[in-house]
Amino acid sequence: MPRTPLEPRFTVEYLSILDAEGNLDSALDPGLPGAELKRLYRAMLLARRLDERMVRLQRQGRTGTFAPIKGQEASQLGSVAVLRPTDWMVPSFRETASMIWRGWPIEKLLLFFAGHLEGGQPAPDQRDLPITIPVSTQLPHAVGLAYAAQYRDDDVVVMAYFGDGATSEGDFHEALNFAGVWHVPVVFVCQNNQWAISVPLKKQTNSKTIAQKALAYGLPGIQVDGNDVLAVYAASREAVERARAGEGPTLIECVTYRLGVHTTADDPTKYRTAEEVAEWERKDPLTRFAAYLKKKRLLEDGLEAQVDEEIAAAIARFEATAPADPLVMFDHVYAELPPELKAQRETLAETLRSGEPGRREKHEPSPPMRGQRSGRR
Amino acid sequence: MAKLNLVKALNLALMQEMQRDPDVLVIGEDVGVDGGVFRVTEDLHRTYGSKRVIDSPLAESAIIGTSVGMALYGLKPVCEIQFSGFAFQCFHQIENHAARYRNRSQGRFHVPMVMRMPYGGGVRALEHHSESEEQFYAHIPGLKMVIPSGPRNGRALLAAAIRDPDPVVFFEHKALYHAHKEDVPDEPETMDIGRAQVVSEGDDLTLVAWGGMLRVAREAAETLEQEDGVSCDVIDVLTIAPLDRETIVRSVSKTGRAVIVHEAPRSFGPGAEVAASIMDGAFLSLEAPIARVTTHDVPFPGFAREKANVPDVARVVGAARETLAF
Repeated sequence: MPRTPLEPRFTVEYLSILDAEGNLDSALDPGLPGAELKRLYRAMLLARRLDERMVRLQRQGRTGTFAPIKGQEASQLGSVAVLRPTDWMVPSFRETASMIWRGWPIEKLLLFFAGHLEGGQPAPDQRDLPITIPVSTQLPHAVGLAYAAQYRDDDVVVMAYFGDGATSEGDFHEALNFAGVWHVPVVFVCQNNQWAISVPLKKQTNSKTIAQKALAYGLPGIQVDGNDVLAVYAASREAVERARAGEGPTLIECVTYRLGVHTTADDPTKYRTAEEVAEWERKDPLTRFAAYLKKKRLLEDGLEAQVDEEIAAAIARFEATAPADPLVMFDHVYAELPPELKAQRETLAETLRSGEPGRREKHEPSPPMRGQRSGRR
Repeated sequence: MAKLNLVKALNLALMQEMQRDPDVLVIGEDVGVDGGVFRVTEDLHRTYGSKRVIDSPLAESAIIGTSVGMALYGLKPVCEIQFSGFAFQCFHQIENHAARYRNRSQGRFHVPMVMRMPYGGGVRALEHHSESEEQFYAHIPGLKMVIPSGPRNGRALLAAAIRDPDPVVFFEHKALYHAHKEDVPDEPETMDIGRAQVVSEGDDLTLVAWGGMLRVAREAAETLEQEDGVSCDVIDVLTIAPLDRETIVRSVSKTGRAVIVHEAPRSFGPGAEVAASIMDGAFLSLEAPIARVTTHDVPFPGFAREKANVPDVARVVGAARETLAF
């Protein structure tokens, strides 16, 4: 018996629209109105400035460990911007820009990274899941949300974020497989930022692209220049439209780069070279988008001061937050507090009232975390 | 009222809850056309169709993980993990997510789902098909852990678990599936999760058991009555977490002696928590150390050696006599 090639043959495309100098491939222009382009740039700039500020807040001991997004603004905003408020967004732990676009107040994110669970509570009408920390485990949730939406016959698309490291986890593969079999309206957005803490992509997978992993599960996969907000937007719009039309899931691989640390507890100089970082800095998503907007006369003056002011106001609100009431830890464990937990709550309440042992003195500083200065200023 | 075994009783609960609430879905491996490897989901597929009775791909983590997503959306999935021994492939979804979304989202979301798992030994099955590992789930804040001991409470507790707003792990002992029949009311019936039952009353000793071990405890109580003239309180715990400490403490305050029987390995098992609760609540009433009769701290030894591992009536009676003679 001869060996016969099987049909269909698979292909994976790469999409790029704006080059590193901000030159547009007009044949591929997604045709966004000027106001939308300006809104996207403002969101990218806000995300960048906030990111830098959040790293400083951690260094000062005002917040805890934080995972910066610097360099990934285009991947996040180009994708999230195609969603409707009635769609669902499922983040991992490095989606500050997407979350702010979806309406998370900055002070809430600061609260989250300062150890207050209140910062992870979506607003009552907000269709976002909270930050998920265990890598890739949020992807099956996205598939379940999409199944439920389809079951209820709701006009809803789910977008889920993860990184290159997540594609080695079983949950990534299980989620894509279930999504393919169930043919549900979900868009998987991989931010391939080249590094999973210290492990580079070539040690993460032997596949040439992450996009091609979709093909094994019977769904389309596309690779885009993740530092090109227009390319990410175009690919995401196509995927979301396909999902909305009942044509099933898509995997989008955004090729980008984490310009900063993995988290504030990490020192990347240990595992990657300054030359590599410099090379990616030349492909910075903000620089090229700004150059493009400048040519189109859409770049606003004083934008930086504007976003800085917005951030400063949010930080002031964050710092005015009342100290965490320890008893809240019992409020959201079960719908109704079981007797044993009720007793534990009463014991703690009594301890707190009497100021007995177990209660940390109000002004006693916590020991410094990795990446923080040891002394308070 | 019909005489049903545990399989049929659980099936009745699923049928009626799906009838009652269109948000209830069933998902798992072979739960649809095949009706489940133990037939607990028989005929559901024919009655409610493949959108509501989902033959999923073979992947425990995604069965639980997608169910978490469905529950976050407002549906009420009832997942079947074919054998509890395979649940370690979805343990992270249970511990990291099902149990925590209410807390993580500060009440914005909750996860009303049931995770059914056949468990327990004595059925001449292989490794991973014979273990009793309820302690892992009982230890997780945010989760409820329920183990019925027969058809009537099995049906009522499963219906209650499906209606519960919190995630429930629901163990079904394989040796009980066809062990006996009981009268089960035709009309829907529920029982409170978090309540133990005193199934027979006595003054001299408290026997605490659940699931497949309840029958062993009851037979031990009968032997003690007949051969020693000793009368026992036998407590069917039914909900491992949250544990009904009050019922156990009340009983031991009366009897002064307790023997705890479970099929999970001894060390750090649920019996330790029961014993600690007795120490907290009935210390001054105790006449003897609290005894535990359990499997040994060994991995499943194979069914050729299982009899020597799983507690039986003789071991329980022996422990009871030592306690009584102290």
